Amino acid sequence: MTPETLAALTALRDAKTPVVLATALPGGAQRLLPDMDAPEPLNLAAKRALDRDESGTVPLVGQDWFLQAYNPKYRVIVVGAVHIAQALVPMAAFLGLDVTVVDPRRSFATDERFPNVTVLTDWPDEALDALKPDSRTAVITLTHDPKLDDPALDRALNSPAFYIGAPGSRRTHARRLDRLRELGHSDEAMARIKGPVGLNIAAVTAPEIAVSILAEFIATRRNAARA
Amino acid sequence: MSAETQDILGVAAAWKRAGEQVALATVTETWGSSPRPAGSQLAVTASGKMAGSVSGGCIEGAVADVALETLRTGIPQLLDFGITDERAWEVGLACGGKLKVFVEKLA
Repeated sequence: MTPETLAALTALRDAKTPVVLATALPGGAQRLLPDMDAPEPLNLAAKRALDRDESGTVPLVGQDWFLQAYNPKYRVIVVGAVHIAQALVPMAAFLGLDVTVVDPRRSFATDERFPNVTVLTDWPDEALDALKPDSRTAVITLTHDPKLDDPALDRALNSPAFYIGAPGSRRTHARRLDRLRELGHSDEAMARIKGPVGLNIAAVTAPEIAVSILAEFIATRRNAARA
Repeated sequence: MSAETQDILGVAAAWKRAGEQVALATVTETWGSSPRPAGSQLAVTASGKMAGSVSGGCIEGAVADVALETLRTGIPQLLDFGITDERAWEVGLACGGKLKVFVEKLA
């Protein structure tokens, strides 16, 4: 890899811009995609690799190309610096996810409780307005306090976030949907909320609940990429 | 950050900035029961540092040898490991899979 290619690739990744490193095989000539000057089939294949989050070799324009997809990390926004979050956040970081914790209650949202992740003490609606969840973002509300969870869920429903999770019993969830309906969300839109959150593995402890939530996150992410 | 999600290119670039000679090996294609998907990377320095992996461990040694050779020559190589490949028997691709690995130097 030339120093120029490595520098350009590093700059794009630092800017969280999706990019594909295309290598002509077996010779090793490389270029970054998308690129206006590249043949259209290469740019299309690069877009597909990024959409599917999948690297691989494809025969294109008379040549084998290895396309390495570099997408920014998936983001997880956890609303509620609570007990379950303390289990969930390190596990999410271990999975390679970019984690942000939001909780305006400063006694909960401390750097000591959540080392090495971004902790915001803004109100959840303001935090989500600033964080702008995209199609590679999950929003998980854990406070159990409608004053904090509902504004976050409201903003998440208005965003393309691919995973929205809110724990609680079926009754709690039904009441939550009633409140969000009053904010103007349709039943169809609210079907995006995983509630009760997580795969049903009969989880009991906070770490087990974290595993069930992250397992559902993984299933949602991987199934969407393969759809 | 776990081994599976470590940013190997980032590690390799940091080593390069620190003055190391760095080779990067990347799985470009797999068939059958190869344990690591295409895109998996192994970074190797002339000084003997390693990060990442391109298999369950069965071919890392052979790939590291080629990486050191690539550091000397500067010529990239596309390696083919599999049951039809004599080298794979040598290194023992116990998983029974087949894969191709591209090895290049960070110039």
